[in-house]
Amino acid sequence: MTFLKLDDMKTELSGSHAGASISETSAVDTMNDIVMAGNKSKGGRPYFLEDPAVERVLNISMAIAADLAVLHERLDTIERLLEARGHLSRKDIEAFVPDDSVAEERQTWHARFSARILRIIQQEVEAVAMPENNVPMRTIADEINEM
Amino acid sequence: MSYQLPPVWTKLQQHAMFPEFNHDERARYNFLANLNRYVSTVIAPGNKLAYDRRVEPNFIKEHSRSFVDRFEVGEAMRQDPVYQMWAALRRSTMEMRQQNGRAVVLRQAEKLASKVAKELKGSDSLQLKDDFKIPTYLTHVDNHLMPGSYHTEYFPGDVSNAANYDSGLFVTSGGMLGSLTDGGGRAIAAWVKETYPKFHPKKILDIGCGLGHNTVPIAQAFPNAVVIGIDAGTPMLRYGAARAHSLGVHNVKFIQADAADMKEFTDESFDWVQTTMFLHETGGKSIHAIFNEIKRILKNGGLNLHIEQPQYTSDMSMYEQFMRDWDAYYNAEPFWGHMHDLAPVDLMEEAGVPRDKFMQVGVKAINDLDKDKRDGKVTEDYGRSPIWNVFGGWKSATN
Repeated sequence: MTFLKLDDMKTELSGSHAGASISETSAVDTMNDIVMAGNKSKGGRPYFLEDPAVERVLNISMAIAADLAVLHERLDTIERLLEARGHLSRKDIEAFVPDDSVAEERQTWHARFSARILRIIQQEVEAVAMPENNVPMRTIADEINEM
Repeated sequence: MSYQLPPVWTKLQQHAMFPEFNHDERARYNFLANLNRYVSTVIAPGNKLAYDRRVEPNFIKEHSRSFVDRFEVGEAMRQDPVYQMWAALRRSTMEMRQQNGRAVVLRQAEKLASKVAKELKGSDSLQLKDDFKIPTYLTHVDNHLMPGSYHTEYFPGDVSNAANYDSGLFVTSGGMLGSLTDGGGRAIAAWVKETYPKFHPKKILDIGCGLGHNTVPIAQAFPNAVVIGIDAGTPMLRYGAARAHSLGVHNVKFIQADAADMKEFTDESFDWVQTTMFLHETGGKSIHAIFNEIKRILKNGGLNLHIEQPQYTSDMSMYEQFMRDWDAYYNAEPFWGHMHDLAPVDLMEEAGVPRDKFMQVGVKAINDLDKDKRDGKVTEDYGRSPIWNVFGGWKSATN
């Protein structure tokens, strides 16, 4: 298997299967779920941006954005629980389900968050929509010079 | 118009076979559903603007003519920065959705497998075959960028890929398929009941049933019928049978079979043969074999329906054809484009439906999460919107 080395690493880290033979039924224990979760699918990956390096950075940025959103949601949960009950419990956090109005607030946060991080793309679209607001600043400077 | 928020992930019905999600895993899916909504409603419209205002005009200026086909549109659009960034983001969300879903199910793979095995103990609703050969059109590609696609088992009894698929449809569709992601099946069942109130099928076949999210609502709508779902993917069938059983739906069976060679079924044995978002995941030769098989197993006078995305016809603009092709190449559904070039009326003729009996209607998903917004406007998201084309017809009453 391609991930044998990493499988070994996991076994070593967990310290439980050292030297043990891997039977069929215990195959699941040795699955490297960290690497397998991110496996590539079949077929060449398309790159849409002119420089693939930029697209790789974009993908890393989006993954960071995802986990910032996750952190926000977690913090939101903690704050709401603290406010409501005056104490903190991890079990409560895991079990927390937003009611409709909290869900609305949280989804609105996500909407604003997406809008913040993709501002530059939205503005590219607006530039196409409103070319009159997209005159180069040198031209504007020259125009203002005549005003 | 105010910004339309997708439902939070916890609105999904956690049926007994569903994987467990911890707090942060749920939040990760909430982020992705919201990101998809933003990309599809705010960024994606920029493609049309760019096309209308610079891509097509520039092409005409250069060539003194417009585009001749969607491939020429594609060559020009791929140079446009708005398209480039939209496509890069859309691909990124699809890959993140797979990684996040897989991370959830793989960490609990063994538990999921034993839950499913326990649910199916003593039940005869699942029939798998040890010597089953997966059609090459499935092994050749990982549909929807899902590593291992529908058929891969990571260990005996595994259902990981099915559980991942089940949990993540919400993200891609932005929650528009309902709390059990069964909006397509519900819609077709309701449409058939309403349109043909005297039709009382006894045996219904759903080809390419997957985990049965569109098969179960048909079984629920026709409780006196026996519904059989066939698929090639072992994890999907296994998970689907357990899911249906745990939902208390017992008039449905999940059988491993090849749609192009359904030797399990005798001639003229079904009153209704259905496929839902299946045909575009087959192959250029297999699709004809499948329609021939449908003709054989469907009773004379029986009903044959197919839910698909709209076909590419001369009525559809080349721009729209190009946009709809995105999933074919970049979401790993490569037969999508070729399939949508076929004429459904020809396919149905192969299935024994005379040309003058061919029918085609539009059907919108029935979404229980959308009760207050039933008339809400849906932004076109080429290939993702919960509005489908249904084509089909009644097989001739005589041979």
